[in-house]
Amino acid sequence: MLRFLPALTLLAMLGPVVAGLWGTLLPAFGHLPSAGLHGPSLDPFRNLFAWGGLADAARLSLTTGLVATALSLGIVALISASWSGTKAFRVLERLLSPLLSVPHAAAAFGLAFLIAPSGWVARLLSPALTGWERPPDFLILQDPLGLAMIAGLVVKEVPFLLLMTIAAIGQAQPRRSLLVAQSLGYGRVTGWLKTVFPRVYSQIRLPVYVVIAYSMSVVDVALILGPTTPPTLSVQIVKWMSDPDLSMRLTGAAAAILQLALVIGVLFFWWLGERFVAHFGSLWIMSGRRGQDDTPIRMFSLGLGSICALAVFLGIASLLVWSLAAFWSFPNVLPDEFTWRTWSKHGPDAFATFGETFLIAGIAVLLALILVLGCLEAEHRSGRPLSRRGLWMLYLPLLVPQTAFLPGLQTLLLSIGADVGRIPVIFAHLVFVLPYVFLSLGDPWRAWDARNAIVAGALGARPWAIFWRVRVPMLLRPILIATAVGIAVSVGQYLPTLLVGGGRVSTLTTEAVALASGGDRRAVGVYGLAQTLAALVPFTLAIVVPAVLWRNRRNLHE
Amino acid sequence: MKYLALVAAFAAPTFAFANPDLSDWDAVTIEANGQTVYWNAWGGSTTTNDFISWVGDRVMEDYGVTLEHVKLTDTADAVTRVLSEKQAGEDDDGAIDMIWINGSNFAAMKDAELLFGPFAEQLPNWAVVDSEGKTVQTDFTVPVEGYESPWAMAQVVFMYDTADMEPQPDMAAILEWSNANPGRFTYPQPPDFLGTTFLKQALVDLLDDPAVLQTEATDENYAEVTAPLWDYLDALTPTLWREGRAYPATGPAQLQLIADGEVDLAISFSPGEATAAIANDQLPDTVRTFVLDGGTIGNASFVAIPYNSGSAAGAMVVANFLMSPEAQARAQDPNVLGYGTVLNMDALTTDDRAVFDALELGIATLSPAELGSVQAEPHPSWMTRIADDWAERYGAGQ
Amino acid sequence: MNKSLNLQEVCILRDGAPLIEVDHTIHAGEVLSVMGPSGVGKSTLLSFITGTLPSAFKGMGRVLLDGSDITQKPPHARHVGILFQDDLLFPHMSVGANLAFGMHPGGSKSEKRAKIDASLRDVGLEGFADRDPATLSGGQKARVALMRMLLSNPRALLLDEAFSRLDADLRAQVRDLVFRTARERELPVLMVTHDAEDAKAAGGEIIELKDLRAC
Repeated sequence: MLRFLPALTLLAMLGPVVAGLWGTLLPAFGHLPSAGLHGPSLDPFRNLFAWGGLADAARLSLTTGLVATALSLGIVALISASWSGTKAFRVLERLLSPLLSVPHAAAAFGLAFLIAPSGWVARLLSPALTGWERPPDFLILQDPLGLAMIAGLVVKEVPFLLLMTIAAIGQAQPRRSLLVAQSLGYGRVTGWLKTVFPRVYSQIRLPVYVVIAYSMSVVDVALILGPTTPPTLSVQIVKWMSDPDLSMRLTGAAAAILQLALVIGVLFFWWLGERFVAHFGSLWIMSGRRGQDDTPIRMFSLGLGSICALAVFLGIASLLVWSLAAFWSFPNVLPDEFTWRTWSKHGPDAFATFGETFLIAGIAVLLALILVLGCLEAEHRSGRPLSRRGLWMLYLPLLVPQTAFLPGLQTLLLSIGADVGRIPVIFAHLVFVLPYVFLSLGDPWRAWDARNAIVAGALGARPWAIFWRVRVPMLLRPILIATAVGIAVSVGQYLPTLLVGGGRVSTLTTEAVALASGGDRRAVGVYGLAQTLAALVPFTLAIVVPAVLWRNRRNLHE
Repeated sequence: MKYLALVAAFAAPTFAFANPDLSDWDAVTIEANGQTVYWNAWGGSTTTNDFISWVGDRVMEDYGVTLEHVKLTDTADAVTRVLSEKQAGEDDDGAIDMIWINGSNFAAMKDAELLFGPFAEQLPNWAVVDSEGKTVQTDFTVPVEGYESPWAMAQVVFMYDTADMEPQPDMAAILEWSNANPGRFTYPQPPDFLGTTFLKQALVDLLDDPAVLQTEATDENYAEVTAPLWDYLDALTPTLWREGRAYPATGPAQLQLIADGEVDLAISFSPGEATAAIANDQLPDTVRTFVLDGGTIGNASFVAIPYNSGSAAGAMVVANFLMSPEAQARAQDPNVLGYGTVLNMDALTTDDRAVFDALELGIATLSPAELGSVQAEPHPSWMTRIADDWAERYGAGQ
Repeated sequence: MNKSLNLQEVCILRDGAPLIEVDHTIHAGEVLSVMGPSGVGKSTLLSFITGTLPSAFKGMGRVLLDGSDITQKPPHARHVGILFQDDLLFPHMSVGANLAFGMHPGGSKSEKRAKIDASLRDVGLEGFADRDPATLSGGQKARVALMRMLLSNPRALLLDEAFSRLDADLRAQVRDLVFRTARERELPVLMVTHDAEDAKAAGGEIIELKDLRAC
């Protein structure tokens, strides 16, 4: 049984991706037999290129992806270079790690409430500092350059990349390198960037690629913060895919292929950029410049990191305030009065949706845990660790843009007459939950001292007894953390739920994004908060439960 | 599964749900009991959502029908769904049992024979519907023929903040005002339903004789007829909120803009919306409504049942309930929805009528007399073209 | 029955190249010390005997325990006890639960408990059954680890640098305890060490492993 799990895992993870890409490729070349259309034909691409907004939409996809990734990586590198190993760094890590689980949509709502011309920031400064009695007519949200959208992505990707970096730093033994560099007269930041960063970057490369692919093709954040004249390519794909005119689906499929090509192109471009930076970086290293005075840069990076954390925290706070607000006009900092009305109106529905969300997340994560633990155990018993290619496979579902394969998957499911609803949605979620659970659990699982298993075996324990009685309890904390990561990933899924669920399945995220178009900030506040809680509560439990369970077992507390 | 259904159909004819017998309403209600109706309705307005959930409670109570509101961002999604199901051969139990629909979506579905029916005129409550006085037998000039049943009347009104402006008599005056007060007006981005309604309203008001809009748009007359609209929009757009580089996504999103003081004027398709929004703290209590001197566009909202609904009986029960005096009075209550009723007051019992009479209009709602004359919806072909053109001109690649 | 651990023409290969070759019989109560520089594959020899040889290696030859061939048996059926330089007490279990882990199933709860208490008494740790292993000193942990292994009734004992983490005083103490117990129970002992002191204290034969790769 155990032998088949790796293959099964691969199938669960890549099967839908491959099937979905196939389901996209055929209609992109005019082949959609269920609609009576037979290819091959290039008309879908002709129609796509005839769309007036294509240039802007494609440019948006490129710029948001590249700029958001470069900014996030830059901030993370600066913060790590300036502060890693210090107390401030640990504080920042503590602040940022819960942010990782805040769903993108909730963070985007919060940010929108903060930075809109009528948002909290403007209210705090008005009219005293700005003289604004009414919100200024500034194009801050939905701006054609996608700046608001980039900001929304950066505040979420910085925590992700930072935590990935922290994990990588652990393996790079930075302290010694940094000590050597500093003893040679290098400043802290320069020394770190020259000696530690190259090693760390090679570890976080794949996560960086994930950020690129994600930022280029995200739909929910783009719906909330992105421009609409025209929207980003991915939003337009979803629009085409839901047009009553079936021929629009062909255009959408062609656009999905274009989106995929764009992502592949940008990844290649980034890869070239890596070579370029490596080349000039090594020249910079060889130059021997010491760069001693790095206090300004350290302050700057701390400021950037704090802004990211603050933006999300304040954003969530503003969700809370709006959900409790009675009438609240500009430029008042707080509502005229507070009321439970919004909660009593939306609370019951939100609670029911909470249940549905958790049901889907729970089953998806349970399946993921079974597969991942099975794979890891199989790996342990066979003594063959995951190869480099295996790691790429893990990242593959995260690198293929969702808009490239999910519409195809939906078309495919429909054309084979599969039932829509919860079960396909669970499997669609599994595609994204699996890699994250695997990545989250893999390192602690492998870091476990295998001599424990030898001792337990010598004491007469069979392999499954070792697994259940020794390994799982000792690794309870990472297992629960991986569970929480999986739940957060599932809770945050927008497109898989929307497309594969056929509208019949609503989770907190789809409800919240649907409400976004109505602009009812109070209702969005309720759903945004519920979404945040749904992701944060499992994390809290993952930390609290082992602490309580092992309160008398000192060696299990880090 | 299909075999099972077939066997059941032979063994017990009452389980054959394909075509409920409309002449026997009791049988329909019996069949409906226990069914789940997936009502696909636009979910962007929380007040509407609340109303739908109330309807769900009531039909469960009276008929044992479970109503699930599938919240759409765009009604076209539901149309696509049914169409895809038909392509895929899912003819017996599709995902959708009922759709809040009108206009081009209805025309498209009726044209593609995706609708169940005719059923509307056989529903018991059809007897109290004002089928003569209100435009419930045509939908955007397309004959309804019983393929959808009406549940609310809508008419364009403009919401404005009395603290900042006066009512405007016509579209030209709105442009003039917007010129003088740049950034204070916007409308939802087409193809949002209210956004296209604004375009239609503008066109109807700008034309000397809007009668041409009642017939299908042709390649010959389209450019000439719509030219005044594009001239108008070219002049208006730079004066809009955000200079027309961004638009609110939907009608309700405008409420937040007024509440924040970002805009002073917004279009609405529901005369009672402003009052309801004031009661919900979504609008300042200085907001009132006005209509244009030449009248504004009005239409009815309908519900239709897809041909492949597995719960058509349940859906009809819901459709019938929506036309009941109880549901209509609630929908008209400005504290709930503030929608216009489709019922004929003269056909109601005294008790039912008293309920309507007791409703207060609310501070921002115009009386039927003040609402003035209703202008007919143009033929859907105009809207399709205008929405596409709008997207070309203002929606993409500026 | 012939109580002994018999390594018959054992040869361990890595990438097809021989790493270690041993052909030796350890009799009951005897200690065989295997010495050699680190990296020579001493621990690999032990993993061959416990049945946990990493897949990068290939083992040849036979291991006989008390006359029966255990070469193909799964680890849990070999009855070979092993001690590492770290105590490797399971951190999520109490001291008592650690001891119970290796005991054979069967017997009532109170019998088990009595046996645990008695064996703790034997090593001077009376009343420690409910303690968290993390609260024990290094020497105490070493004694619990030894006792845990003995309670599983092993028929041979492997020591993998078992004393190298202990400081000098403690080291002699624990070492004496282990060797004395092994003699009392007539267990053949195979000890891997890089410390000549350990080998001397064991008093048995000594094999110096050479780095075969260098040849």
